[in-house]
Amino acid sequence: MSATRVQLISPRTLRLLSPGRSALFLPGGGGPHRGGGVPGFRSLIFPSLSSSFSSPGRALSSLSTTRRGLPKTKMSDNGTMSRGKVLTIDNMNPTVKKVEYAVRGPIVQRAVELEKELSEGRKKPFAEVIKANIGDAQAMAQIVFLKYKNKDAKSRACRILNSCGGNSMGAYSASQGIGSVRQDVARYIERRDGGVPCKPDNIYLTTGASDGIVTMLKLLVCGEGATRTGVMISIPQYPLYSAALAELSAVQINYYLNEEKCWSLDIGELQRALDEARLHCNPRALCIINPGNPTGQVQSRECIEDVIRFAAKERLFLMADEVYQDNVYAEGCQFHSFKKVLFEMGPEYSETVELASFHSTSKCYMGECGFRGGYMEIINMDDDVKDQLTKLLSVRLCSPVPGQALMDLVVNPPQPGEPSYERFIKERTSTLSALAEKARLTEQVLNTVEGIRCNPVQGAMYSFPRITIPEKAIQEAKKLGQQPDMFYCMKMLEETGICLVPGSGFGQREGTYHFRMTILPPTDKLKILLNNVKEFHQRFTQQYS
Amino acid sequence: MSVLQEISSNVRNIKQMEYFVLFRRTNQIKEELRQGVRKSYREVIDVSWGDPHRAGVKPLSFVRQVLAACLYPQLMDGDKLMVDVKQRAQRLLETCAGGSVGSYSDTAGIPQIIQSVSEYILRRDGGVPCHPENIYITPGSQWALTNILKVLVNSEASPRTGVLIPVPCHSTTIVSLTALGAVAVPYYLSEERGWALEVEMLQQALDSAKGVCNPVALYIINPGNPADYVQSRKCIQEVIHFAAEKKLFLLADEVYQDCVYGKESEFVSYKRALAEIGAPLSDTVELASFHTASKGLMGECGLRAGYVELVNLDPAVMKYIDNLFSNSCPVLGQVALDVMVNPPQPGDPSYPLYLKETQHIRASLAENVRRVEEVINSFPSFSCQSLEGGAFAFPRVFLPPKAIEKAKEAGLQPDTFYCMRLLEEAGLLFSPGTEYGQMEGTYHIRFCIMTPTDTMEEILKRLSTFHKQFMREFA
Repeated sequence: MSATRVQLISPRTLRLLSPGRSALFLPGGGGPHRGGGVPGFRSLIFPSLSSSFSSPGRALSSLSTTRRGLPKTKMSDNGTMSRGKVLTIDNMNPTVKKVEYAVRGPIVQRAVELEKELSEGRKKPFAEVIKANIGDAQAMAQIVFLKYKNKDAKSRACRILNSCGGNSMGAYSASQGIGSVRQDVARYIERRDGGVPCKPDNIYLTTGASDGIVTMLKLLVCGEGATRTGVMISIPQYPLYSAALAELSAVQINYYLNEEKCWSLDIGELQRALDEARLHCNPRALCIINPGNPTGQVQSRECIEDVIRFAAKERLFLMADEVYQDNVYAEGCQFHSFKKVLFEMGPEYSETVELASFHSTSKCYMGECGFRGGYMEIINMDDDVKDQLTKLLSVRLCSPVPGQALMDLVVNPPQPGEPSYERFIKERTSTLSALAEKARLTEQVLNTVEGIRCNPVQGAMYSFPRITIPEKAIQEAKKLGQQPDMFYCMKMLEETGICLVPGSGFGQREGTYHFRMTILPPTDKLKILLNNVKEFHQRFTQQYS
Repeated sequence: MSVLQEISSNVRNIKQMEYFVLFRRTNQIKEELRQGVRKSYREVIDVSWGDPHRAGVKPLSFVRQVLAACLYPQLMDGDKLMVDVKQRAQRLLETCAGGSVGSYSDTAGIPQIIQSVSEYILRRDGGVPCHPENIYITPGSQWALTNILKVLVNSEASPRTGVLIPVPCHSTTIVSLTALGAVAVPYYLSEERGWALEVEMLQQALDSAKGVCNPVALYIINPGNPADYVQSRKCIQEVIHFAAEKKLFLLADEVYQDCVYGKESEFVSYKRALAEIGAPLSDTVELASFHTASKGLMGECGLRAGYVELVNLDPAVMKYIDNLFSNSCPVLGQVALDVMVNPPQPGDPSYPLYLKETQHIRASLAENVRRVEEVINSFPSFSCQSLEGGAFAFPRVFLPPKAIEKAKEAGLQPDTFYCMRLLEEAGLLFSPGTEYGQMEGTYHIRFCIMTPTDTMEEILKRLSTFHKQFMREFA
């Protein structure tokens, strides 16, 4: 569009959407007007607008040639026309430009390129690219999903299909999810939490946990300027949060986990972050990832109680990302759900604190990421807010039905006495103990390297060791316009074929550097991987000393 | 008082769908029926969704066999499955990380499947080039549409971003726009002329937006939903010229492209029409085309698989679009998509059964179309444009003033009132025209016509009985 529209209409002068009327009714009946001139419409009915924001500049964009996925240097024609594009980088939604997602970002793109080169026969110092960047158990061929093929499987299948429209998984489900699956999820939660009641109506089945998390954030984020919603999130964090907050133009409020104390959460730090944030935004939510990603720490019960008290005192909506609840390995560590602890703290808290808890079929021992199954449980939300939530969810119609069916299996594993039980227990135990062993191995090997310090991996699927990067390397990175740990990881990829995600993608204290590595590869591969990492680090440190 | 007392105004502004009130009552009625409460019907027939399986159409065997084999490869041992099923499953499993459909896929979709999709598009459009890197596979087409809208809609701009949408328009898109803080600018389709899209109406829509919002995009549904039209090539080209002239980004929702049954109708994709117009427009008009595995003969709505093809976008913008598509599409859905764009061919072992099943669905649909037009048009108080494409019938119902009064008293829109009564008394779940927008003072009802033929007969029988009674009551 060429001219910027200068005239601003105050939103108050527009007719507001009246309830129960279509947004598209036009006053004045009869046929549409013909032949130009002033149309017979008195006014269009639009949804109410909030106050105006400043208009972005409409400068013509310079051309850049970047093929999708490959971060090449840009060529720009200074000041020449944008070829008349309607959609340019100058008029596109600016918040989208802020979205980054390190787990799938430039380092992964480079890894894909290298894989292609390898397959074309190009020589590299390594025979294969090991993608230790994403928590995908299936990809690592590590966890075998038991697809039962006998009586109890049939009966489960029938029950699920009977709840599907037309008895087919190909039919849309209700946007909240299949009723019988939600009931099963509720029962699972009750069992998990030692009997604390769970209402199926508070359960929403989602497309992976991400769908639920992003939807809740959409619900929460409003206001502008000093009243813009602030959302507290741990540093380091899983970059879905930072990406979603950037896209929604929410204020991200960072609270630092304590690396020296095994990434524990400190209430004093929460308070500090909150008090500072109150000066420039309106903090409304507190996100916790437990067990942590990328850090793997498992919060103690006392800590969870403290967080709940804090949220209650400061009137914050709690978002508990608990997708790794089935992945707890360390001795002395135990998963406590926020819901359970909340209820055990008595009605003063259990009837007032608002909480959303998230789980997923992508993690746990089953690790079926490709199905995109997940759920969230909502506690103490007002009914009219729930209606709003349902509206939002209806936009994507429903979550994938196979994912919902899978969730049903996750929450309804074979019980003692059922034919599949033995096999199931055996598989699950061996998978989890293998993960525990790999967690220990990772910590052990990495801590033998000078310049790498690895906290114990208590849970989840990753290690997040801290690395010392020599000053020369930092300078080199700066010259290339890269974060030092990105520079380090890129080098590692080029030299060893190992793909990790730099700590800068997750957030870390200024001046510290980390990488995230999954502990999912089979043990023999993992040993090689760890060794290669060790050797690379030593070479790298040498090279830049 | 809840922390969430204040929520995003964009979300608050989303109008509660009329559907919910019908949906709730439907669940109650189903419960009542289960408990043995006597009604004039034994079950509720739900044709309020564009969901063939829900309406009773069976899944295609080949699709389900391939899906089953991908899910549980052990099924391929022995001879239960045909060779081409096994080959397809094996080929697809090789494209999955770790050989499992349980792995995350690439963010844009499994590359080999994207390749299949691009070849399908190439064939469909008579050779117009198609670049795989412009295709993104998503959990359903609405997801893709929402992502593209996110890039177009500048929520910090003043005046707000506007998107032209047809009246009537299916409700999910309207909800998407509202949630993003965009303004929906309506353009009216001409019902008397078979829901034709006339360029003057587009111009009027633009005029109405002056000073109110900044329209940047034009959203088209072809074949239509809820209205059952298929746009002619000439119409599509006029629309493209208009979009080019007025600098609008074209959003072409073509999910029903495989549901065309009008005798004179032919689906032409916007991309093809654009290519046929030639330079300079074919090199400059920006277009996003959407398709899905949910509709057509496969009808696999629950698997959630759709895609968007982007044409002529600024490469700098594509880089950011890439970041948005970071949530991978369910792998099973992608498998279904692969089958959709690459079905069994003559000579393949599975072809005879595939042919039989698809012919049956097509014949049923043709029969349903014939019967719907016949029955609906036999009532003076109904009027139905000839059904050309899509999954629905969208007849206009002429409600007597007394019925409209009664509706007002009940606090319902007149067509919602009609649908409520239809539900209560006839056990039919339709959706009211109010949901989609319509000219003021007109009322419509929408119902899915992709059902088995005997289901459609039952629907028409119940509808006829109910309608006569309703009209008598409010005469």
